[in-house]
Amino acid sequence: MKQLLDRDTWSEIFQSIRKNRLRTLLTMVGVFIGIYIYIGLSGASKGLDNGFEREFKDVARNSMFIWAQNTSKPYSGFKTGRRIQLKLSDADVLRKQVPEIMAIAPRNVRGIFGSSPGLIKRGTKSGNYSVFGDFPEFTKIATKKIYDGGRFINEDDIEQTRKVCVIGERTQKELYNKDEDPLGTYVNIDNVNFQVVGVHKFLGGGPLDNDSDIFIPFTTYQKLYNTGDFVAWFTVAAYDSVDVVQVEQDVKTVLRRIHDVHPEDEKAIGSFNLGEIFKRIFGFANGLTFLSLIVGIATILAGVIGIGNILLISVKERTKELGVRRAMGATPSEVRNQIVLEALVLTLLAGIVGIIAGAGTLALIGVFAEQAGGEFPYTNPTVPIPYVLGSMLLMVVLGILIGLVPAQRAVSIRPIDALREE
Amino acid sequence: MIEIKDLHKSYKMGSNSLHVLKGINFKAEKGELVAIMGSSGSGKSTLLNIIGMLDLADTGEYVLDEVPIKNLSETKAAQYRNKFLGFVFQSFNLINYKNAIENVALPLYYQRVGRKERQEKALNYLDKVGLKEWATHLPSELSGGQKQRVAIARAMAAEPKVLLADEPTGALDSKTSYEVMDLIQNINDEGNTILVVTHEEDIAHMCKRIVHLKDGVIVEDKKVEQVRASEYVQ
Repeated sequence: MKQLLDRDTWSEIFQSIRKNRLRTLLTMVGVFIGIYIYIGLSGASKGLDNGFEREFKDVARNSMFIWAQNTSKPYSGFKTGRRIQLKLSDADVLRKQVPEIMAIAPRNVRGIFGSSPGLIKRGTKSGNYSVFGDFPEFTKIATKKIYDGGRFINEDDIEQTRKVCVIGERTQKELYNKDEDPLGTYVNIDNVNFQVVGVHKFLGGGPLDNDSDIFIPFTTYQKLYNTGDFVAWFTVAAYDSVDVVQVEQDVKTVLRRIHDVHPEDEKAIGSFNLGEIFKRIFGFANGLTFLSLIVGIATILAGVIGIGNILLISVKERTKELGVRRAMGATPSEVRNQIVLEALVLTLLAGIVGIIAGAGTLALIGVFAEQAGGEFPYTNPTVPIPYVLGSMLLMVVLGILIGLVPAQRAVSIRPIDALREE
Repeated sequence: MIEIKDLHKSYKMGSNSLHVLKGINFKAEKGELVAIMGSSGSGKSTLLNIIGMLDLADTGEYVLDEVPIKNLSETKAAQYRNKFLGFVFQSFNLINYKNAIENVALPLYYQRVGRKERQEKALNYLDKVGLKEWATHLPSELSGGQKQRVAIARAMAAEPKVLLADEPTGALDSKTSYEVMDLIQNINDEGNTILVVTHEEDIAHMCKRIVHLKDGVIVEDKKVEQVRASEYVQ
């Protein structure tokens, strides 16, 4: 320990390292590449992770869509192939029977799933857009970003069956002049005038979203299109801590019971589990992080073994020098410590240079990714500090361990044999 | 200073055992300059290695400056070498990436002498061997004689009780050999005990006492009239 704090020890080591430049350089390359790859890979996978995180931050991660189809099994007197129709009242039952549900939004739509879109007119301009009937609860599941001053559908809209709508940013572009404020103006949806209360910014949160979507209160939709109690599909969000797959199963079981569907009829109730997809995407990112960890550690290991290897050769080369040192009074432990410290210094030096180079490369990639715009799910590629410290610690441990091999070799040669060698 | 009693040493060569030293009895007082002579295979280098604690005797007694040398661990041997002995080798054995002054300072480093004092002492000894101006030169920039003088300075820097020289002139021409012997004689004049292994008659006669080894035993041990090397050095 005393030797470790001695300035002379270090000057001795640095002299030996400095005076053998080529050897030092070659030795360091392995570890340098190892740590460089490690930092680069884990930074890149972190960037990807951040990118996904950014892309999907506006969507409840454990949400799902539930809709009804035709039955595939006869049950309780009904024959197979019966069309099931979800009802508004199903939502209340689901809320009661599946406590894991955080929010459930019944929705109706015209313009997708084969139905004709609504015809929207404003003055001389007109266009066909998808029209959604929505509850305010929907915003709990998929955040809708509304531009300044506007709002989404609220409870009063529902209760009073108001003729209000939220239009998409593309709809605004197509129906309004550039400087016009759409708030408070009226548009004509399938021959009924609606007051615009908000413009929503497009956020790609789900498979059905579009930048021209028009939202109107669910109750207004019922009257406008005469849909009665019918619901096209439910958007359901579960609490963060629960298993979304289980919630999906529970919801379907309840719906089967309500609609007299065979309990094992998989076809009657359709679903798309966004939560599970998210799980897979984030699982992929986590897997990538894990992979980079494994690859990085393996490369560092290979690099450190390379250092050990070259030091082993260098010990052979320096047999005579070490013999002279021992004739001059260097104890075996002094010789051993010197070799181990040389290995350690080389490893750390290479590691630090590798970390700096890796961080530089990551910064460069980050700049390019930014220039490519938001298209690319890649944000802020950084390596968590614990990972960096962990890799440093790993290098210290491995450097010492690998240094012990040539050090032991150096000590095992008797000074007399070392000196005799020509 | 050195006392050796009935020293035996044999090397195992496969199934054969080679008996190199067959009962050596030897004494050297402080301030002596002893030449150990003998043809190759006579055991002279083995004897020197045992005295230098680089090798271990099988049986027999070895006392150095009233310290019995036996059952040495490598660490203990290293400490004794550092404290008691200075080595000069035939092939100089300077560390090639260290300059002259750093080479001379090396034993002091292992003696835990402070950096500044080390530099001072090393420079002082380099001055003694006349190489002060060459302090910052690497061994590759020095001639053979200069290298050996650096090696002698290095051996003396630790202020050892005994200086052991194994064929110090073996790799040098006769003119340089005499210069080196002149240096060794001067060091001896200051009261240092020196053992020189050589097979050259003229070098041996520059010592004060000649010990002849043959087949592992001392066959002759005589005091001689010392020839001063300075007579040959211009």
